[in-house]
Amino acid sequence: MSLTQSVDLLAIAPPMLTMLGALVVLALDLLLPRGLVLARALPALGALGLAALSELALASGTRATFCVPGPGAPACSFVADRLTLVIGLVVLAGAFIVGLLSTRTVVEDNLPAGEHFALMMFSVTGALTLAGARDLLTLIVALETVSLPVYAMVGLRRDDRRSGEAALKVFLVSVAATAVTILGAALVYGTTGAVHLSRIAAALAQPSPAADARALAVVLVVAGFAFKVAVVPFHGWVPDTYTGAPLPVAAYLSVVSKAAGVAGLVLLLDLGLAPAAGTWSPILAVLAAATMTVGNIFALRQGDAVRLLAWSSVAQAGFIVAPLGAVGAGGRGAPSALAASIGYLAAYAVVNLGAFSVVTVLARDGAGTALAGLRGLGRREPFAAVALAFFLLCLAGLPPGLVGLFAKVRVFGPPVQSGVGWLAVVMAVNVVLGLGYYLRWVALLFSRGGPDAQPRRVGTADGLAVALALAGAVVFSVLPGALFGLAG
Amino acid sequence: MSAVLPLLDLLPAAGALGLLVAGRERGERIARPLGVAVAGLTTLLAVLATGAAVRTRGFALQVDTVWVRALGVHAHLGIDGISAPLVLLTAVLVLCGLVYTWRVLPEPGRARELVGLILVLESGALGTFTALDLLLFFVAFETVLVPMWFIVAVWGDPHDPVARRGAATTFILYTALGSAVMLAGLLLVGLRAGTFDMTALTAMHGAGLAAGTQVVAVLAIGLGLAVKTPMWPLHTWLPGAHTAAPTVGSVLLAGVLLKMGTYGLVRIVVPILPAGARAVFPWLGVLAVVGILHGALACLGQRDLKRLVAYSSVGHMGFVLFGIATLTPVGINGALYANVAHGVVTGLLFFLVGSLKDRFGSVELSRLGGLYATHPRIGGLLALAAVASLGLPGLVGFWGEMLALLGAYQAGTLGWRLLMVAAGAGAVLTTLYFLRMLRRVAQQPRDPLAGSVPPGGGPLDPRSDVTGFEVASFSPLVLATVVLGLAPWVLLGLTDPVVRLLTGGA
Repeated sequence: MSLTQSVDLLAIAPPMLTMLGALVVLALDLLLPRGLVLARALPALGALGLAALSELALASGTRATFCVPGPGAPACSFVADRLTLVIGLVVLAGAFIVGLLSTRTVVEDNLPAGEHFALMMFSVTGALTLAGARDLLTLIVALETVSLPVYAMVGLRRDDRRSGEAALKVFLVSVAATAVTILGAALVYGTTGAVHLSRIAAALAQPSPAADARALAVVLVVAGFAFKVAVVPFHGWVPDTYTGAPLPVAAYLSVVSKAAGVAGLVLLLDLGLAPAAGTWSPILAVLAAATMTVGNIFALRQGDAVRLLAWSSVAQAGFIVAPLGAVGAGGRGAPSALAASIGYLAAYAVVNLGAFSVVTVLARDGAGTALAGLRGLGRREPFAAVALAFFLLCLAGLPPGLVGLFAKVRVFGPPVQSGVGWLAVVMAVNVVLGLGYYLRWVALLFSRGGPDAQPRRVGTADGLAVALALAGAVVFSVLPGALFGLAG
Repeated sequence: MSAVLPLLDLLPAAGALGLLVAGRERGERIARPLGVAVAGLTTLLAVLATGAAVRTRGFALQVDTVWVRALGVHAHLGIDGISAPLVLLTAVLVLCGLVYTWRVLPEPGRARELVGLILVLESGALGTFTALDLLLFFVAFETVLVPMWFIVAVWGDPHDPVARRGAATTFILYTALGSAVMLAGLLLVGLRAGTFDMTALTAMHGAGLAAGTQVVAVLAIGLGLAVKTPMWPLHTWLPGAHTAAPTVGSVLLAGVLLKMGTYGLVRIVVPILPAGARAVFPWLGVLAVVGILHGALACLGQRDLKRLVAYSSVGHMGFVLFGIATLTPVGINGALYANVAHGVVTGLLFFLVGSLKDRFGSVELSRLGGLYATHPRIGGLLALAAVASLGLPGLVGFWGEMLALLGAYQAGTLGWRLLMVAAGAGAVLTTLYFLRMLRRVAQQPRDPLAGSVPPGGGPLDPRSDVTGFEVASFSPLVLATVVLGLAPWVLLGLTDPVVRLLTGGA
C-alpha cells in the first residue's frame, strides 16, 4: 500500500475552481481600489462558469477519488456521479444568479464587495464538495464550509442592526445543529465502525446488539440536518434572517444553502442510512407534514414579499423531504425517493430564485418589499409582472407553471407508491394552502390601483439574472424531462 | 401519425401566445378578430377530427410520443365517440363566446387578455378531452383553472368586486383541492398498474389492481372529478362562480369545464377501475339524486335569473352523474347525451341571461317581466331554451335524462328504482321552476310601477331585441337543440359503441 494517494483532479475540479475563484477575488480585493465592484464580481462569476463547464465535462460517467481499499469494494470519499452533477449544477446556477444580483446590492447596501464575493465562493466550494461527499466526515465538514461564510454574508450590512441580529440568529441555530450532528455522527461511527456511506449502509444491514444506540445515532444525525434545512420545528430563524439579510443573500439562503442542506440529508439517508429507514422515515414523514403545513399557514398571513417567500420556502422544504417519509423498512424505495427529492429541489431552486430575483430588482432604489407596493404591477411593468406571476404559478404547481406541476407529480409518487396515504392527503391539502397565497399575490399584480411609480431602469446584471431564471423555468416547463431525467 | 389533434390542442394556445408577444396596443387591436379566427379554425379542425372519429372504430388520429421520460408521461392523444362530441361542443362554444365578446366586451375591457385567457382555456379543455395518458389528462385538466380564475376575478360582476374575487378564489381552491387528491389517485393507478396509458389501462379493465386499491383510487380520482362536475355536496363553489362570471365565462364554465368532470368519470373511472366503481357508484347515485332534488328546490327559491340557471346546472349534472352511476350502457349513453345537452342548452340560457343583463343591467326576477311583449325574440329563445332544459320531448334535453332514468330501471334492484322515482320527481320540479320562471319573465307584464321596460344599465340599448351578433353567436346552439332533439341517433350512434366497449363489451 502506497502512502501517497492518487487524486483524480478532474473529479474534484468544480470545488477547486470555485475555491481558486475565491482566492483570486481576495487577492484582487487587496490590490484594487475599493470602488471597483465588477473587478470582484467578474472573477467570481467566471469561476462559477468554469466550474459549471467542468461539471459538464464530468457528465459522461462516474469518477471516484479519495478511495480506501478494504474488505469488499473500495470505499470512496468523493464521487462525481449524476447526483453530484445535478446538485452541483443547481448550486452553481443559483450562485451565478445571486452573484449577478449582488453586483448592484453591494453598491446600494454599501457592502464590502471583496468579502461578499469571496465568502460566497467559499460557501459554494463547500456546497460542491458536499455534492460529491460520500463519507460522514467530508459531509459534515462540507456542510460547515457552506454555512460558516453565510453567517458573515448575512451580517455584512454593518450599518443595519437587523443584519447583525439576523446573522447571530442563524449562527446560533446552526452551531447547535452542528453539535447535534457531530454527536450523531460519532454514535454512527461508534456503532457501525465505518464513516463511508456505503460501508455504513452495509453495517446497518447486519443485525447488531447495539440497536438502540444505532437508532439514537440515526435520530441525532437526522435532527442535526433538519436544523440546517429549516424543517419545522427548527425553522424559527428563517423569516427574521431572510428579512435582515441583503436580498441576494436571502436568495442564496433559500436556494443554494438550502439545496446543500437538503442534498446532505438526502445523501446521508438514502445512501448511508437506508437500511435504518424504519427508524427515520416515519420521523421525516411527520416532519415534512408539519413543515409544509406550518410554513404555508404562516405564509398566508404575510404582508411582505420577502417574509412570504421565507415562509413559502419553509413550506417547500416540507415538499422536498416528503418523499423521504415514504421509504419502506430496510430502504425499499430509497432510490426513487432520492430522485423525487432531488428533482423537486432542482425545480424549486430555479423558480424560487426567479421569484427572489424579480423581488430584488423591484426593491431597488429603496422601493421596499411590501406586497402592497406590487399592486397593479402588471400595468406599470408588464414584463416583471408576467415573469413574477409565472414563477409564482410554478411554485404553486399550476399550469402554465408546468415545471412546478411535474415537480409535484414527482414528490407525490413515493408516498402514493408505498402507501403512506395520510402524507399524500396532507400534501394535497398543502398544495391548496400554498395556492391561497401564491394566487393572492398573482391577483395583486394584475389588480387595479397601486402606486404611480416612474418606470425604472433595470440594470444589465439584474435583467440578466431574471432572464436566466425565466429561461430556465420556461425551458423546463416545456421539456420537464431535461430536468427530471437528469435528477434520476 | 396525424397532426390534426396536436394542432387542434395547441392552436388556441398558440393564438394566446401570439397575443402575448404582440404587445399591448397591437394586441388590443387584433385580439377579437384573431380570437374569432383561431376559434373558427379550431372548430374546423374539431369537425375534421369528429369526422375521423365517426369513421374509425376505437381511437382515431392517435399520436403517441414520450414527453417526460423520467416520469413516464406520454403525449398520447386520440379521439373517439365519447370525446368527439365534447371536442366539438368545446370548439363551438368558444367560437360562440368569442363572437359574442366581439360586440360585448365585459368591464374592464382589455380584450387582449380576455381573449388570450379564453384561448388558453380552450387548449386545456381540448387537451383534457383528447388526452390518452393519465398525467397528460391531469396537466390539461389543471390548465383551465388559472384562466377561468382570472376571467371571473377580473371580468366578473362589475358591481361587486369583493364577491367576484371571492367567487373566483372559492372556485379555484375547491377545484385545486379536488385535483390534488385526484393526482394522488391517478399516480396510485399508474404506479400500481405500471403504465399511465389509458388505452393499455382500459384493455386491462382493472386486472392487476387489487379491489381495495381500486376503491381508494375511485374515491381519490372521483373526488377531483366530482368537485368539477359538481356533485352535491361539493357544488357550493358553483352558484357563486356562475353568478359572478361574465357571460362568456358562465357559458364556458357550464358548457366546457363541468363536462371535464363527467367525461373523466366515463373515460377513466368506469373502464379502468371497474371493481372500485361497482363498490362506490351506488353512493354516487344517491348523491346524484340528492343533487337533482337540491338543485330543483334551490331553483324554486331563486330571485336572480342567473343564479337560477346556475342551480339548474347542479340538477342537470346530477342527472349526468346518475346515469353514469348506474353503470349500465343505457345509463352511461344517457349521461353522455345529457352532458352534451346541458352544454348546449345551459350555454344558450347563459347567453340569453347575458343578453338581458347587457340590456337591463340586472337580471333580478322582480325587475323583469313581459318579455314576449317587449322583446319577443329574446323571449321566444328563452322559452325554447327553458323547455329544452326541462326536458320537453323533441328537444335535446329529453333524451339524456330519459335514458339515465331507463338505465336506473335496468340496473334492476329496488334501490335503483327508488332512486329513479326520486330523480323523476326532480325532473317534475325542474318543469315547475322553469315554467314559473317563464311566466314571471316572459308572460306576466312587468310591475306597472316600474314602467313598461326596465331602465338600461348594460352596454346595449334596453329597447332592442336580438341583434345580429347575438343571432350569430346563439344560432349554432339553437340548431343543436332542435336537431339533436329530433335526431338523437346522431349522437347515440357515436357514443354507444364506445360505451359498450368501456363497460366491458356487454
